[in-house]
Order: sequence, then structure tokens, then C-alpha cells
Amino acid sequence: MSSARSVAALDPGRSVVEQLRERVAAMEHKPAAQAVPTLPGLAALVPLHAGATYGVDSASLALALAAGASQAGEWVGFAGCADFGVEAAAELGFELSRTVLVPDPGDHWLEVAAALVDVLRVVVLRPPASVDARAAGVLDSRLRTRSSVLVVHGHWPRVAARLSVEESSWTGPTSGAGQLLERRARVVVHRGARPPQRAELTWPGVHRADPQVHELRRASG
Amino acid sequence: MVWCPDWSVVAALEEAEASPRSPAAVLSANVVEVCNGPARSEGVRRGQRRRDAEARCPGLLVLPTNPDRDARAFEPVLATVEDLRPGVASLRPGLLAVRAPGSWYGTEEEAAATVCQALVETGVWDVRIGIADDLFTAEQAARTAKVQSWEVVAVGGSAPFLRGLPVHVLEGDGPQGRELVSLLQRLGLRTLGDLADLPGAAVEHRLGLYGAEVRRRARGEDAALFGARTPPPELDAEVAFEPPLDSVEAITFSVRTTAERFVTQLAHHQVVATGVRIEAEAEGAVCSSRTWLHPRHFSARDLVDRVHWQLQSSTVGGSLRSAKDSGAVRAPIDRVRFLPEVVEPAAAHGEALWGAASDDLVERGVARIQGMVGFDAVRRPVLQGGRSPSARQSLVPWGERPVDLRPLDRPWPGRVPGPAPVRVFATPPAAEVVDDAGREVRVSDRGVVTGEPRRFRVGGGVLPWQPVTAWAGPWPTDEGWWADGVGLSARFQVVGADGRAWLLLRAPDGWSLEAGYD
Repeated sequence: MSSARSVAALDPGRSVVEQLRERVAAMEHKPAAQAVPTLPGLAALVPLHAGATYGVDSASLALALAAGASQAGEWVGFAGCADFGVEAAAELGFELSRTVLVPDPGDHWLEVAAALVDVLRVVVLRPPASVDARAAGVLDSRLRTRSSVLVVHGHWPRVAARLSVEESSWTGPTSGAGQLLERRARVVVHRGARPPQRAELTWPGVHRADPQVHELRRASG
Repeated sequence: MVWCPDWSVVAALEEAEASPRSPAAVLSANVVEVCNGPARSEGVRRGQRRRDAEARCPGLLVLPTNPDRDARAFEPVLATVEDLRPGVASLRPGLLAVRAPGSWYGTEEEAAATVCQALVETGVWDVRIGIADDLFTAEQAARTAKVQSWEVVAVGGSAPFLRGLPVHVLEGDGPQGRELVSLLQRLGLRTLGDLADLPGAAVEHRLGLYGAEVRRRARGEDAALFGARTPPPELDAEVAFEPPLDSVEAITFSVRTTAERFVTQLAHHQVVATGVRIEAEAEGAVCSSRTWLHPRHFSARDLVDRVHWQLQSSTVGGSLRSAKDSGAVRAPIDRVRFLPEVVEPAAAHGEALWGAASDDLVERGVARIQGMVGFDAVRRPVLQGGRSPSARQSLVPWGERPVDLRPLDRPWPGRVPGPAPVRVFATPPAAEVVDDAGREVRVSDRGVVTGEPRRFRVGGGVLPWQPVTAWAGPWPTDEGWWADGVGLSARFQVVGADGRAWLLLRAPDGWSLEAGYD
């Protein structure tokens, strides 16, 4: 079983030797920069890197960021998300048998998150209202030596990238007729001092809806 | 041997917070697996069908079978006995074996009384203790003992004791035992003594290996004892300082090679330490001792860090750490010792070059979280059939098997179509939905909406009203109408002005916010 799963965990688009080198570096406790599988719709916008923290402002973005790793057979965990929608996760391709939930960690949220970061590949955390820099620092330093990604739904002092929904609309329902069909949302990505990057995403099954960004990328790179 | 009869019923009643005196039975596949005394006196028997059992005892409390729960509930009992006499072996939930404490408690009877009293104090009422030379005899002795009492079979007295027992005591051995009992009774063999008198070869020929084993046991020839724990190899490491050192920096520098030796020594046995006790001695007495746990396993550098933290924290109280005394220890340390408390096979901790962290590692990590926040706090999501989003999912405690899931492959009429909601509220907050005129929107018994939803708000007026830009529904359901259900309720998909969609439920007693598409 392990061999079939592990081959899937490697990114076929990149050289195998290079990826194995990254893993060896991670095992030797060097600063990890290993790429973590991301959904194709998000990969160009926010490629996840091990050891980094990402901030989001909506549950659907948090789920979308963790979905790629779970699809690739990695373990993922959710701490503090008492309202986890299991069916939505299954629709995004989550491997539910490799998903750990701690719906209500209470006062122990920092210890629980640290323990999850130790063993899982992607950890989604919804921290309590106020997080001080010291608590965040504890988790950040733990992340640096592990090959996992922290996705924070809420406020966090320092993040590699922050994703937020600027505008969202649903197609389908009118006045009483129809049903929810498709959601379009404009997502903006803030990365430190860099100019924010915007993208149109559609649900269900997170996809890119704006072709011009691909063209821009091709022109610049 | 300590026996708590009908343990699954005791554990299930405790979980259900019911009185231990009420008649109850644990059923698997609609057949009575175990029942308790009050139920038995009403005529409920093992192997009975649910219908028959409920007919004999109408007040019978029917509980689902769950081996994990039984084992978990038995854990405190093991711990209590272990406090009195180490080396406890749990044979199955409800039955444990321990070497009879020697002369420490006086006689064997007094030892049994001590164990019995300790267990009754923890709230386990039905305790029976049997003391004998071997496991089988001790179990039978415990079965003949009265509640909160004990039965002692004298040394060498196993064979005479067993000879007098009727053959149906073998029913406790499971299906093969029950089969053998029925066969022996048909053969006219009433007691174990009758079986013991038969020639060995004939018994093995007619009754198979199990029968031969029973015959050996009945003759007192089978001295089955539980597996004694093999003492682990000596893995401690210590370093002595001459003269004693009084600075944390000097000590941490000096323990480095010892820490390395400790880790290599463990690696030599193909194990790694995940819990280490560090003891520091001053003037021949232990002055600082603490157990450190590591999320993965200790390397030499981790150990040196732990020594540093431990000695430093014992010198300065709490957060009042001044620069002056941060490097000094209270008394000069002359010895530091590392004792491995938890060792695990190294193979389980290796990080795979191909693929991610091994599943074992995750199991251990999750077990640690369960130790922190409680067994029930860690969940595993599973899907099941149902109409509302919260009914379509279930969060199973980690390490337990999901039971009683509704099937997914049924049509479930009345369920809301479209993409599944990302947020499903465990306790739906109350909401209000009004039409143009500000009247509450209702759904008639025929599923007709009284007005068009225009505005909604959640949380009883804490949050402002939000205009509805689009809505769909209703999807009416009438669940449990055959058993006084809640009545007709209907679900609506509502898109707010901010472009977020919600799933609202109109029940007879008002609106609530069931789920969010966020």
C-alpha cells in the first residue's frame, strides 16, 4: 500500500531526484522548503510550502488549501473547527480516514495544534479571538523543523500569505426557484509588502475562472 | 484472579448513566450477548433473541455492544489492582489475573479482602475473587465466589476442586465451550471429574484438541500461568562530577557525552526513547527529578536541552528570572542520571524517504492529544445517510469503530440538493426570517411559504438584519411522524447581501441556521 501511495505523493511535474533531496534535507532538520500538494486551481496562486503559515478568512478557503494534500494521501487535521462539514470535504476529495478533527480543544488549543503539526502534513487551526505573538512564535518555531503546513482561519501575527474573499456570488437560486449551483469568488492574496494578487475562483471543486492571470504569468516568466 | 461479572453491561450502564440495578442486556446482532443479574432473574438468557428477551422483561434496557468501551472502562480497575500488586494481566474486559500478593497482606484471604475493598471503593460493586494454583482453577473459583467475596483453593487442591464442578462452567469459553457442554451432557458426563476419568487418547480422538485441553485442566495437569513480564535491559546512563558543579552551563557541557552514550545505547537495542526521566543529585540525594516527553524521540542534543531547562527552572522560581542568578544552581550537582521511561521501536519512528509520516507516528501523536484534552475530543469524520447536513455526517471518537450508521445509498427524499455546506453547526443558532411587511415567514402544513423572505438575522438581535438577495426552497421534510415527531419542517437556501449562502431550517418552533456555504 505504501509504495502506491508514496508515488502519488511525489509531484510528477518535477524531477524525482530534486524532490527526494528536499525530503532528505527536511529529515536532517534543515529549513524545510518542501512543496506540499495543492489543488490545481490554487497551485499557481498559493503554492504551499512546508514550514509556512497561511492565513484565510473563510472556511471554504481553509478546506480548499488542505484538500490537495489529503487527495495526495497525506494526513491532515482540523483544530477548533467545530462546524466541519464532512460532506463538503468529501466532495473536495478529502480522504476522510486520514483526517483528524479536534473540534473543541478549549484552552489547550496551542498544545493540540503543536502536537498535530508534529505528525500531520497540513493542519487547519481556528484559534481563539486573540493570539499573542509569543504563542504564535511557539508554533512557528515548531513548524520550521517539521515538514508540515499550518493554515490559520482567523487572526495570526505572521503569515507567509493571507487569502481573503473580496467578493462572492452564487448562481442558481432566484426568488424561491432553483437551487445553489455554483459560487464565484474573487480571492485576494496578500504576501507581506508585495502588491496583492487577485484571482477568480469557482466552487464546487475549486477552479480558476480568470484566464488573464495565466497569460500574465506566461508573459512575465 | 479478579472477576467482575457481566462487565459489558456494567460498562454500558455506566456510559448510559443508568442505575446499575436496572435490568439491562448488551445485544449484538439482536441476540443477547450479556445480561445482568436483575435481567437474569426476569428470565433473560444469553443467546436469546431481542424479541423474546423484551417479552420476558418489558423494562429491559437494551444496550449496544462495544468492546472498546468495555476495555476502556476496565482500565481504572486494572490501575487500582496494580497499585496494590504490580504485574497485572488483563485477560479480557471484566477478568484480570495477578499473582496473589505473598505475605505482605498477611494471608491470601486478607490480600483478597484488600483488593476487594479497594475495588468497591472505586465504585465497582460486583467483584469476585478466586485464588488458586493455575489460571483455569482460579477463574472457576472466582465464578463460585459470592458478590464482593472470594474463594481460595488450597495449594495442590486444584484437581479435587475442579472434579466437583458441573460441565456447564465451560460455557464461559465461548462457542466451542458451549458446543462441548452440549455434547458432554448428551454423553452423560455431568461433572468435570467424569471427563477427567476418561482415557486421554480417547478424549483427544472424540473431542479434539479443545476437549483434551479441558481434560488436562480438569486433572489439574495444566498449570497455565499468565505471561510474566520480562525485565527490560538496563538502559540508564549517568555521569558523576568530581568536584560537584554549580553552574548550569558547565553541567550541560559535561552531560553531552553521556547523553550521546545514552542515545547510542538505545539505538543498539533498536529502540528510541520518547519519555526520559532526568534526575540530578546533590550531596548524594536526588534534588531535581522530572519526566520529559518528546513528540518524536530524544536525540542527544534534545536531552542536553532538557537538562538545561530542568536545572534552570529549579533555580529560578517562575518568571522572576534575573540575569544574575540564571546560571547558578541551588546546590552543587554531583550526579546526573538519564532513565528511559518510554521506549519504542526505532522502526516506528523513522521518517520514510518515500511517502509521508508513517501511520504509527500519527496514531501516537493523536494518542498524546487524547491524553491532553480527553478521549472524546479527537474525532474522525465519517459520512452517513440522512436529510439534513448534520444528520449526513458523524464525528466518531478516534480509535472507535463507527456503529449504527445510516446507509448512504438510499434516496433520502427531502434532502437539500446542490453542493454540500462547508460549515455545519452542531447546535444550530436561532434565526429570524421576515417578509416585506416584517412578518415572520412561515410554512403551512401543506408546505406553502406564507411570504417571500426579505431579511434575516442570527443570534437573537446581536447581529444586524441582512437583506436576502436570492433564495431557494422550501425542501419540506416530516421526520418521525409515526412517533410524534417534531412536525413538518422545511429548509431554505438563502444568499445574503454579502454573497454568502446559508441553509436555514423552519421548524414548528421557529427558524434556525443549520449550515453555511461560506
